[in-house]
Amino acid sequence: MRKVAILGVGQTKISEHWGMSLKELAAEAIFAALEDAGRSSIDGLFIGNMLSGSLNKQENLGVLLPDWAGLTPVEGVKIETACSSGGSAIRTGLIAVASGELDSALVVGVEKMSDAKLLETTSALATAADADYETAHGLSFVALNALIMQRYLHEYNWNHADFAPFSVVAHQNGVRNPNARLQTKITEQEYQDSRMIAKPINLLDASPIGDGAAAVVLVAADEFQNNGNSNLVHILASAAATDTLSIHDRKDPLWLSASEISARRAYSQAGIQPEDIDLFELHDAFTIMSALSLEACGFAPRGQGPRMGQDGDIAPFGKLPISTFGGLKARGHPVGATGVYQIVELVKQLRGEAGKNQVDRAHIGMAQNIGGSGATAVTHILQGI
Amino acid sequence: MEIPRHWRLKQQRYKLVGEVCPHCEAKLFPPRDICPDCGGEAKQLYTFSGRGEVYSHTTVYDAPAGFEENAPYTVALVKLEEGPLVTAQLTDLGEQDVEIGTPVEMVTRRLRTDGDERGMLVYGYKFRPRLERVNQI
Ligand SMILES: [Zn+2]
Repeated sequence: MRKVAILGVGQTKISEHWGMSLKELAAEAIFAALEDAGRSSIDGLFIGNMLSGSLNKQENLGVLLPDWAGLTPVEGVKIETACSSGGSAIRTGLIAVASGELDSALVVGVEKMSDAKLLETTSALATAADADYETAHGLSFVALNALIMQRYLHEYNWNHADFAPFSVVAHQNGVRNPNARLQTKITEQEYQDSRMIAKPINLLDASPIGDGAAAVVLVAADEFQNNGNSNLVHILASAAATDTLSIHDRKDPLWLSASEISARRAYSQAGIQPEDIDLFELHDAFTIMSALSLEACGFAPRGQGPRMGQDGDIAPFGKLPISTFGGLKARGHPVGATGVYQIVELVKQLRGEAGKNQVDRAHIGMAQNIGGSGATAVTHILQGI
Repeated sequence: MEIPRHWRLKQQRYKLVGEVCPHCEAKLFPPRDICPDCGGEAKQLYTFSGRGEVYSHTTVYDAPAGFEENAPYTVALVKLEEGPLVTAQLTDLGEQDVEIGTPVEMVTRRLRTDGDERGMLVYGYKFRPRLERVNQI
């Protein structure tokens, strides 16, 4: 298999883009990534998206986007794995280039959520869970995460307030990201006083949805690395794993085994240990997911994820900065686009182009995109030049 | 309207019928084709007692479509006494506070109305705090 590198990245601001359609959002990110890569053509388009069929009444994105972006007859395909659709699209594009089948691939993650009412969106998001045994009983996606968090607090004796740093740090980082959905600081007190949405999860535990698109250009690394292209970021590892769709089918509902397995595979591909990771874009859809991800990926002992927040490890100049552009919590969570945003942000950090969000010694970065309540995990490890 | 789906699931929704693995005797709910414990084929039906305790719980305020009229409502992961976890709503709570460990039992209740006022009423399992039984004379 050939080594694959990222040659260009692009993104839109995450917002309620009332004036823009799904295809216009996607095209903005696609053109930005192509321009950044210094290219006008591409061999394949891989699209991460979850909800176009239900919220936009539009499927067949594999044609809609090449058509709109003037890329036909390039092949296009939509990849869907719920909230990890973006990560899965990156991995699919990477496999295409690594295999030699394509010389370049453009991966775009896009979600256009403000076309639908909140009620429809809540229902559409719940389709990530089991239709027969979870959603049929009135479970929302928030409720499923709340069931995990409630048990976690009970099992490991944490208080809800102990999760504040995950939210506070993400918001702090979001302030300095002009593309973030939320660009306001919050205090620990505001976190604790926030409106309850599914006990123990309150509004400031949860990531906001939004409209957004992000894109990356993937190329075979060998062809470019001798050109002295300092923009090139290498993909050292790419791994995905699944767990049961439903929480109730897991032997241990408080352990993200897909996250653990995909991270382990990624460390082994890259030939590194968790200690070698300089920054981690994790899937902080809810604060509990931050804690569980840190544990599953080997950064914290079981049940001790919140400690890394307490100790300041996750802050921009801590041991393992996370959510450096705001994460899902503040940058926002345009579901199928999120995994591509994570990669775009890692690339900016590793190129040293993160501006006020730049972390020190950013050589090796990891991103992990999670679909469902831990059902899919896609892990990528990147290295700058 | 999801009449075929509901018809297909009637054994599970009305009676909590799952499976017992013929190879390793693991009790499975919901039923599945392959036993997660031993990897063997699991096809033998098994009716659960419906008794268990609350493993975790939360309250839904922003309900998905079809459930708005019931909000807020309490949902739980229930640990059945035969082993499996089930995701379900809790009902008949009155003033009682739900806690992890609260003993519960299965009852049949309306889950939602599928469609308009002429639509199908979908019934299925929910769990209520276990009632004290008076010994029969
Ligand atoms: Zn078995």
